Amino acid sequence: MTQTLTQTDPLVIDGIPLGSRLIMGTGGAPSLDGLGAALVASGTELTTVAMRRYSAPAAGSTGGTNLFDLLIENNIRVLPNTAGCFTAREALMTAELGREALETDWVKLEVIADEHTLLPDAVELVEATEALVARGFKVFAYTNDDPVLALRLEQLGAAAVMPLGAPIGTGLGILNPHNIELIVSRASVPVILDAGIGTASDAALAMELGCDAVLLASAVTRAQDPVAMAQAFRHAVIGGRLAAQAGRIPRRTHALASSAMEGRPDL
Amino acid sequence: MSTIQLNGATHPLAEGTTLSQLVATVTGRELLPTGKPADGGRLGVAVARNSGIVPRSQWSATALELNDDIEIVTAVQGG
Repeated sequence: MTQTLTQTDPLVIDGIPLGSRLIMGTGGAPSLDGLGAALVASGTELTTVAMRRYSAPAAGSTGGTNLFDLLIENNIRVLPNTAGCFTAREALMTAELGREALETDWVKLEVIADEHTLLPDAVELVEATEALVARGFKVFAYTNDDPVLALRLEQLGAAAVMPLGAPIGTGLGILNPHNIELIVSRASVPVILDAGIGTASDAALAMELGCDAVLLASAVTRAQDPVAMAQAFRHAVIGGRLAAQAGRIPRRTHALASSAMEGRPDL
Repeated sequence: MSTIQLNGATHPLAEGTTLSQLVATVTGRELLPTGKPADGGRLGVAVARNSGIVPRSQWSATALELNDDIEIVTAVQGG
């Protein structure tokens, strides 16, 4: 079933088809080995990384010491982020470093307001999106769950908009499903629910609300069993997508029997 | 002694060292004049010199100067 779906229902961004609608982050994993196993279990074909100072692999470590190598080995496309940037200027520089190091013009644009909330700074985000698009980047804009801002980012040329479900790392799920639905209904670029996911049902809900994909990291990497949780998300995203397309029944106030009353025996 | 700043720390500078030689030393990979690794793999690092990006193709033609501020970055775990 999974096989069939991945072949017939790709997520297309910037003309590139991705077989899985689950995009994984790599943050929060205690070891590279464990991370690799979780990524494979998730079925993801696109994974975020952060750009930081190079440090030599620990002496004596064997194979897969390098995150970039790990992704290449598993045929996973890399999406550099601008995590930790507070200004458009920092984000531009980080994006350029990511493009040069990883040879991709895709970037997950993250410009946060402060370390306490990790919420996007809308003003800096708009400025950075405009500048990055002008420099030829394909911008995946991490944004607040604000339908007005999401549309603005699309108009500025973002390749995808990524509204948050809840603040990064909280696992609170989707705090404002109505706004997410509204963003989806007006968007003509892919909408990727990013951040706040806690468990499989949150990801399924995102897809049922009409999102094109889900991006999560901590929910898997910090779960007690990351591989099992990665599998759970893999299925949740497929399930939610199918449900969204299948047309759910309307909500009713009163019960509606599914067994006919007619023809009951006289007991 | 001549020094540069490398990823925020003071680093000795031998006269005539190129950026390519510095990157090769730091990463432990032999580099071609194009800036690509001689082993045919992908290096996955980028370099900023005094807050400007130096494309890999220019590393071998870039001589380090006294007090240069060099940042060598790569992909690490992150959401």
